[in-house]
This record gives sequence, structure tokens and C-alpha cells, in this order.
Amino acid sequence: MKPGFEAVIGLEVHVQLLTRSKMFCACRNEYGGKPNSHTCPVCLALPGALPVMNGEAVRMAIAFGLAVHGEIREASPFYRKQYFYPDLPKGYQITQGPVAIVEEGWLEISGKKVRIERAHLEEDSGKSSHELSETSSHVDLNRAGVPLLEIVGGPDLRSPQEAYDYLKTMHHLVTYLGICDGNMEEGSLRCDANVSVRREGESAFGTRVEVKNLNSFRNVKLALEYEIERQIELVERGEAFGQETRGWDADKGETRSQRSKEAAMDYRYFPEPDLPTLRVTPEEIEAVRASMLELPEARRARFIETFGLTDYEAGMLLQSRAFADYFEALAQASGSGKQACNWMLGELSRTLNGRNIGIEALGLHPEALGELIRLVEARTINLNTAKESVFPALLAGEGSAAQIVEAKGLAQVSDLGAIQALVEGVLAAHPEQLAQLKGGNVKLRGFLVGQIMKQGKGKVNPQLVNEVLDASLAHG
Amino acid sequence: MSVGTLMDWRTGLDAGDLSAEFLAMEALDRMDQREGDLNAILFRDRELTLDAARKADRRLRAGERTPMLGIPVVLKDNLHWKGAPLSNGSRIMQGYTAPYNATVVNRLLEAGAVPMGKANMDEFAMGSSGEYSAFGPTRNPWDLSRVAGGSSSGSIVSVAAGYAPFALGTDTGGSVRLPGSFCNITALRPTYGALSRYGVSAMASSLDQVGPVAASARDLALGLSVLTGRDPLDSTSLDLPGTKGLADLRPATLRGLRIGLPREYFGEGIEPGVRGVLEAAFQRLAAEGAELVPVSLPHTRYAIDTYYLIVTSEVSSNLSRYDGVRFGLRREAGELQEMISGTRDAGLGAEVKRRILLGAFCLSKGYYDAFYLKALKARTLITRDFVEAFKQVDILATPVSPGTAFPLGANLADPMAMYLADVFTVTMPLAALPVVAAPAGFSEGLPVGLQFVGPSLSDVKLLEITEAWQGISDFHRKRS
Repeated sequence: MKPGFEAVIGLEVHVQLLTRSKMFCACRNEYGGKPNSHTCPVCLALPGALPVMNGEAVRMAIAFGLAVHGEIREASPFYRKQYFYPDLPKGYQITQGPVAIVEEGWLEISGKKVRIERAHLEEDSGKSSHELSETSSHVDLNRAGVPLLEIVGGPDLRSPQEAYDYLKTMHHLVTYLGICDGNMEEGSLRCDANVSVRREGESAFGTRVEVKNLNSFRNVKLALEYEIERQIELVERGEAFGQETRGWDADKGETRSQRSKEAAMDYRYFPEPDLPTLRVTPEEIEAVRASMLELPEARRARFIETFGLTDYEAGMLLQSRAFADYFEALAQASGSGKQACNWMLGELSRTLNGRNIGIEALGLHPEALGELIRLVEARTINLNTAKESVFPALLAGEGSAAQIVEAKGLAQVSDLGAIQALVEGVLAAHPEQLAQLKGGNVKLRGFLVGQIMKQGKGKVNPQLVNEVLDASLAHG
Repeated sequence: MSVGTLMDWRTGLDAGDLSAEFLAMEALDRMDQREGDLNAILFRDRELTLDAARKADRRLRAGERTPMLGIPVVLKDNLHWKGAPLSNGSRIMQGYTAPYNATVVNRLLEAGAVPMGKANMDEFAMGSSGEYSAFGPTRNPWDLSRVAGGSSSGSIVSVAAGYAPFALGTDTGGSVRLPGSFCNITALRPTYGALSRYGVSAMASSLDQVGPVAASARDLALGLSVLTGRDPLDSTSLDLPGTKGLADLRPATLRGLRIGLPREYFGEGIEPGVRGVLEAAFQRLAAEGAELVPVSLPHTRYAIDTYYLIVTSEVSSNLSRYDGVRFGLRREAGELQEMISGTRDAGLGAEVKRRILLGAFCLSKGYYDAFYLKALKARTLITRDFVEAFKQVDILATPVSPGTAFPLGANLADPMAMYLADVFTVTMPLAALPVVAAPAGFSEGLPVGLQFVGPSLSDVKLLEITEAWQGISDFHRKRS
């Protein structure tokens, strides 16, 4: 950003909740499907159809509220937001009014608290397609009535990078909580940004512009960078500009005006008479709290404390709930949190990245991998053998770690007598190098160890080899 | 040909003296004879009806004895009856066939009632005379030159003309009670939530209720007995207490009953004939030992303003879905907004448009607080008036309308005059209270009704009181 300027950014994130049915009817909440196949009189807005609140969506909103340290409002009424559009079948969207189910929370991004002003429940609209025909538009109402949590962040972000980090953290939180699948390509998580600029040191906000259509992490950053630069230029030139809504065109890499504040819609909000005020009792909040899994922050602290991991390692393990769950199972099965972590961030991550899949699709039980780690810890095999020979075979389903070690004859030689014979043989075969080593050329120790390991075909226990070699040198 | 009550027909069917098919055919014949004059029915299908009747006969022959089995019923045309066209009294529904059953229709059909047809109504239930139907007015069987009253004009006239002893209307601000009063029919506006609104085309959601109509309180009770019970598909529905005894309704004891007469309902403007009928009725009740207590509902003067602000606001929102996109009439156009406004312009009548415009205005930025919010506050005050009154009395008794049925066309030029016809019926819906409108006598040969208003959830009690009233009067037995 240009020195002397500061950006003020607040994000609005729409999260599609992972409920089984839609917000106000029993239709399946599922992406895709034959157009208009997941519909009923309620989400088609036929005359006489009435909404019925989905309790699962309420519980998910409460879980989110608790996770962001928010207030769960005892009473938050629904409202109608009205406008005509074919993919809004009732001619109004059921949303929440001045009081939202969740208010006054915060989310921490790299040590900074970003306010969550409110998170409210509402329903998604359907989808209009204008490309299918030259002369007509098509409407698919499968998405109409899908539950949304709209999360309004405070104007606390100061750079596109912070906005990016905020969205990443939000994405992580809602997927971790299991209330959203986080699939941005399918629109499960969508983002709009409010952005203004001001000269450093000023306390008043500049003119606010809403940027819409930010449907990837990358686009959030790019659009904000573009928009901030655009606004700074205007300010520098002394050009006044009004509040407006702009859309991000990812292809052209620019924001374009959609409508000015003067042209802003009057949504004629009024309380939804078909639904009673949404009420949440302290007991219901406690029930959600009790059923909630440990939240990322608490789990991270526990990983560091219990397994002696670094902050970085713990953070990496918490990249998704499934990944963290796998780690805990692996730590348990292997008896070593540290080793489990090394495997998770090493071989396992490499494999997952290579195959471009999540841990849940790997098909390798933590118990099976735990057994392998135990074999290494017990020095039955060394780490290299484990990684290069046993692990691929394990993935290929060639049996348990022990079976693979057995079948491939990979067990390390730990028999002291055999190692002594091996060491003596190698020393006898290399009298010159031995003499130089004794004469003080310590580099030759590595050469001799190498020869011993080679003779032992890599299966001898390196620690024992060192011990025996030390003893021989001392005696001889 | 005599027209029996539901009770008579129930007895005949249960005894095996009558068959449902015979009753249905008789009723169909009556429709054939009178529909040319009355225009109460918008849709009927002889085969659908007779098929349902024959099914009911099989259940009767198998020994089933339930309150509505084999009884002909008529449904207001804003109630979804699966497979039948639904018009809402409007052209905008052109081509629409109900793809599902309203909960109340479902309950009637499962109880074995025989659907005779869909009843004419003011368009989208907006109107007090029945004249705002897109398919012509329903005429009053007592005087064909007069209105039947609305908006449930066809449902009321169907019972009055003997098409069915029981019908369903809807009541937002008096839409079963006013025509009931004009046509000598007994009508219940239940406590808000007592009957499910699922499948009932919405006019004003916070006020709409399904209203059963019949020739007497006993007949109403029989029908009501199969309709109540909380519906999970309507979040505002509730369980009405005391419904177990409905099928065998007993008259309430009038001795000692404290009947409040709110002075705001008996001021200037009531036709002398109507006032005379009501005074006589109250004296008759007093003679049975009821105690007449003058009370006051001071915020009544705000009722019409409050009611129409709330109604028009909700109407403007509820009718947005009639946009030509998914069902009903569509005026094709090159542009989207043109299609929507063209469809609505062509499909909706003047009164509906008037209410949508008023409502959209009331809810607009800058006006919401002055209109809608203020109306909600007035609604609270009006409700409080009733709560206070019920500390002194058991029920209230009031006129239904200042006059009898007016001549067709009399109020059409003046919407305000039409709105004022609702002056005695809109306060109770605002307070979500149950009301029964029942025949009270005649003025110059035209029926006059009275209303019994009770506290919330006292619906069954009100029917028992009405049954007691109908035990000491015989106006409800008079047929046109």
C-alpha cells in the first residue's frame, strides 16, 4: 500500500450451513442436482406454503457464536427483505432484523482480535442462468431456502493480507466446526468486502465502497489491492467519490461500479409474521456447548502442552479437523506424539499433496501407521527403511507393518555378536584407513561406518554399529 | 325439498337412512338450480364429488361413525385442494391447479367429508361484499339484489343455499362473520393459530384464520372437531383446549353469565332496525339469567386505521410471489421487470392493487416508523383493552355490522365506505381473539347477526354459549 495511507476493511462472509434439510422446509440441502428437483411448495413459494424453522441451523449458529466468543441473543426475530427477482420466489428473503442470533464476537488472526459484529440466519436464493438461451433466462430453485449464516466482521482489517488471513481463519473455523463444507467454488462460502482508505493518523473513515463477488481467497486479496489503490488515487487527486457497490471482475482484474448509494434499494424490511421470534434458552446454549468439540485454539494449546510440539507444528496439525483427529489417533497408536507429528507433516502430507486428497480419503488407519512408528521406536527397523520401504507397501495394502518387515526381510540386525563380526571384518579389510583414523584423521570414521552399513545391507542398527566401533577403536 | 342441518344428516347417515352419495347428488341438484342466481361456486366436479361420497358410504357400511363422514362440504377458493384448480378469486391464478392439500382440507377429506366445490370470494380475500371477485359477485339468497358479504361470500351462501351444511371460509378482519350476518349463518373466527394456515393463500398472515361456517353452533362444533390440533407445518398454530367434547356440544349455562356490552360498538351509525334486533336479543339473554355489563374498549376508534395499515403492509409482501415466473398468468415481455409488472397489472384487480400500493408505501424507508410500527403499537393497546374487559366479564356481545346486507354496487365507488363495513369485526383479529357470529333476528326481512367474543382459546366455550342462545331462539333455523 502507498505509504501515508491506511485501508479500513470489513468482510461480510456468507456461510451455507451443512444441515440435512433446507432452512424452512424438508427439502434436501445439497449442491447441484437436476434443476428444481430439490423443491417443494415452501421453497417454490407456492400460495399457502409456510416456513418452519430448521433447529439444526439454529444449533449451528449457536456453535459458531460460542466459537467466536459471541453473545447468543435470547430473542432474535426474523424479518422479510423484499425485492423482485425470479430466483427469489417469495419476492422476499427471510432474514434477521436489528437483533441477530449472534452478536459481539471476535476472531483472532495472528494475535489481533477482529470483531464479529453479528452473525444472523437467513435463507439463500435460487440461481438464475442467462447463458442457456439467447432469448430467455432459467431459474433453478434447488438452492432457494438453503440456510445461510451471514457473518459481519468489524472494520478492523487494515490490509488485503489481513483480510486474506481473516477469511482463511474464518474458513478454517466453520469447516472445523463442521457447520460448512467450505467449498468456495460451489459457493458454500462467499465473501463481500467493505473498504475505505484514509491518510495515516486520521480517525474518521473514508468513503466506503462495497466490493462484491469475491469468491476465492486470491480474489479477496487481488480485489482489495486493486480497490485500495483506486481509492488512494482518487483521494490524492482530490476527487470526491460517493458510497457505492462495485463488483470484482476477476478476468479483467478490476472493480466496476454496480450501483451508487442513491440508487440503493429500499428493501421494505418488516417482521416476518409467519415465524415466531427465534428464542434460545440458556439450556439450549449449554446443550450446544456440551456437544461441541474442542475448539481449534484450545486444541492447539493442548497439543503444545501434551505432546511437546512447537506452535508451528500444532498449527499445521490443525489445518482441518480430520487431520487433527488423525494426528491424535496416530499419537495414541504410536505412543509418540512427536514422531506422529513428524509423520503427519512429513510423509503423510507429501502423500496427500501428491494425490491431492484429504486425510479422510487416504484409507490408511492410524493404528496401522502407529504400528510402523512403534517398529522404528523399538529399533526393529530404521527410519529410512520405514519411510522408503515399509510405508509405500503399507499404503499399497501389502499387509501390516510387521508383516511387511518380515516378508521383505527388513528387520535390523541388532545381534551384538553379528555386528562385532561385521565390524572386525571391515576393519581388517581396511588396515590403511584404520591406521590413518587412529593417527587423527577423524573423517575416516564416517567412511568405515559406511562400509560397515554397506556390508550389513542397511539393516544393521546404526547406533549399535557406532557403539561396537567405538569399543574396538578404544581397545585396539 | 328440505335442507337438513349437519346434525340431521349425521343422524340419517349413521342410521343408514341416508347415503352420502344421495346427499351429494341432492346438493349437486340444488347447485344446478340455484347457481345461475347465486354464483357461489367457482369450481365443481360431479365425478370427484360422487367418488368421494361413494368412498364415504363404504366407510359407513364398514361401521365407521365419525362426525364428518359423508357430509358435503364447500371450500373457499383460497384453500388448496389437491388436484382442483385454485383461483383465489383472481385472474392471476389462471391455469393453476393445487399440487397439495391445505392441512384443514386434508383433515376434512381424511375425516370422510365430501367436497362439493370451491367457493367464490373477493379477490385474495380482500373485500367485504363479495363484489371484488374476478368472477362476478355472489348474490345474497335472501335478496338477490343485495351483496352476500365478503370475503367468504361463496362459502356462506353455499351453506345458506343448502349446497353443504358445512363450509370453510377464511376470516382476516371479518370475512366469515360479515357474510354470516348478512345471510343468517353461524360462523366461527377461531383464536389465531387454532386452525392451521398451511395451504391457505395468505392475505395478511398475522390476521388470517380459517373460519368454519354452518347453520348452527352444533353443526360448527361437529366440523371443528376434525380440524383442530397443532400443525407442525404452521409455526403459528397451536392446540386448542377443550375440543374433546366438540362432537357432542352442550349448551352453556346462561344464568350468571356476565356479558359485556362495549359502548364503542353501540354508538351512532347503527341502523335502528339492527339496534332493535340486538336489544331484543340481549333482553332475551338477560331473561335467562345472563348479566349485561356495560364495558369500554377505548382504543376501538383506532381499529380501522390500525387494521388497514397492518393488512396492506402484509398484503404488499404476501402477494409478491404472484410474479408470473413459476405459476399462473404470465404476460410475456422482453424485459424481466416488464414481465412482472405486466403480469401483475393484467392479473390483479383494483382493490388488490390498491392494497399492495398502500402497503408498499407504509413499509417504505422513512414511513415504516410512522405507519407500520405505530400500527403495531396501537394493536397492543387494542389487545390490552380486551384483556382489561375480560377481567370484568366472561364474554362480550357486539353487532357484526351497523347494517344489513347492502345493495350490489352501493359501496363500490367508495373504498372507504367498504372498509368501514368492517368497523365491528376487525378489533378481535387484531387481538387474536375467538369470535362467533350468529343469527340474532331480522330487520325488514334481512338477517341481522350478533357476535360473541371470548378470551383467547375460549373457542369451545363460545360455541357452547352460542348453542345456549340457539336453544332459546330460532332465527338460525330460518332459511332463505
